[in-house]
Amino acid sequence: MATDSVKDVVLSPVFKNNPIALQVLGICSALAVTNSMSVSLVMGLAVIAVTAFSSMFVSLIRNHIPSSIRIIVQMTIIASLVIVVDQVLRAYAYDMSKQLSVFVGLIITNCIVMGRAEAYAMQNGPVMSFLDGVGNGLGYAVILLIVGFVRELLGSGSVFGLTILPTVQNGGWYVPNGLMLLPPSAFFVIGLLIWVLRTLNPEQVEKTEYRIVANSKAKIKETANV
Amino acid sequence: MASNNSIKKTLIVAFSLCVICSVVVSSAAVVLKPKQLQNQALDRKSNILQVTELYKPGDDVEEKYAELITPRVVNLETGEYSDDLDPNTYDQFDAARDPATSRTLSGDDDIAGIGRQEKFSTVYLVGDPDDPDQIVMPIRGQGLWGLMEGFLSVRGDGNTIVGLSYYDQSETPGLGGEVDNPRWKAKWDGKKIYEDGDYQDPQIQLVKGGASGEYEVDALSGASLTSRGVTNMLRFWLSNEGYAPYLARFHDDSQGGA
Repeated sequence: MATDSVKDVVLSPVFKNNPIALQVLGICSALAVTNSMSVSLVMGLAVIAVTAFSSMFVSLIRNHIPSSIRIIVQMTIIASLVIVVDQVLRAYAYDMSKQLSVFVGLIITNCIVMGRAEAYAMQNGPVMSFLDGVGNGLGYAVILLIVGFVRELLGSGSVFGLTILPTVQNGGWYVPNGLMLLPPSAFFVIGLLIWVLRTLNPEQVEKTEYRIVANSKAKIKETANV
Repeated sequence: MASNNSIKKTLIVAFSLCVICSVVVSSAAVVLKPKQLQNQALDRKSNILQVTELYKPGDDVEEKYAELITPRVVNLETGEYSDDLDPNTYDQFDAARDPATSRTLSGDDDIAGIGRQEKFSTVYLVGDPDDPDQIVMPIRGQGLWGLMEGFLSVRGDGNTIVGLSYYDQSETPGLGGEVDNPRWKAKWDGKKIYEDGDYQDPQIQLVKGGASGEYEVDALSGASLTSRGVTNMLRFWLSNEGYAPYLARFHDDSQGGA
């Protein structure tokens, strides 16, 4: 079972098998929290913590989980961890938790966390599961930071709150792109990112499942004439 | 592995997992609670200090607040201070939800769109409580997307605005969200609320395209509905439904004193 090397488990989800870019999981929270770098960073750290520890705990008790209730067991563990993370953020990073508001709680519904618990932690030992969780959380965090960088730079002219492009509202020259501050822009940025990653790694491109056939024009013409 | 799927094992695993998880969650909540309450109080205090424009980054919030601010509870109907309620424990948001301590607003009265209004409100006095330099009042009302909550600070004459600041709003970033922009907030300083001591009818409003005069502030560009919300909220809270009876006292006082 322990055929995966530590390096592979941690690093492959970051670019090669990225949960957002390749598996396209966890998109909804990525849309909501990426309008500034610092929020993205905290969200990324929270997801790393939840994914890592939930995978570890699921893996610890994997030999005792009845298969009939395994999803509920995983969800209970994940939900408890998310609440703990939310409480810790409220106590030690109050401003951040105000900005993240409901999205910390919504880590529960992030498919990456549950996906790793079900796909990896149920079959592997606690240490490797923990590392796998860290790796996948990192993959999520990296994409969040890239999207956050683009959105904050173009939308507010700053990075981590530091002004890079002085905006018109504050007496500078840069006219900020308002779309970048709204969630749909994250869709575009993630889409472009997936495009770039798949151009660099052509093996990520899925096989075409069907081919679009040319329209059968002749038949339409006939009916139109009738 | 078959034993894992027996009813007994399933129940044991489910039960013990629930117990362990609930212990973890509740102990986290209990242990961190004091720290969280402290954060909330600190956040509220720093918001109050910021609207008075006496707070500089790097100042110690607790120290500055203790030095400058005296909270009092005001009866909104009469404008008198209430000594029955302790301003440090009175929570007007709880009060607004309780039918015994609030009233229902309906139709035309409810221009701020808040539904229920508390009968007593906390105000924060800056400087000497008997003759304050500034009065900070909590206000709230509907913006475009949701409730906007903030503080309005006026000078000791009860008529000149120092600042308006929102600590909670969900307006469109870059448009209505510009209510947080310091450059826009700076426009409020020195604006007047009431004309000729007419406390029935607050004059302050946001206007599109070039505000002129001391009762007008530039509306936010591209955010008509947020701007309307801000105007309505001020009109409501500064009318007889809100702080007008209270603020009127400062007008009388200053005339009597001078």
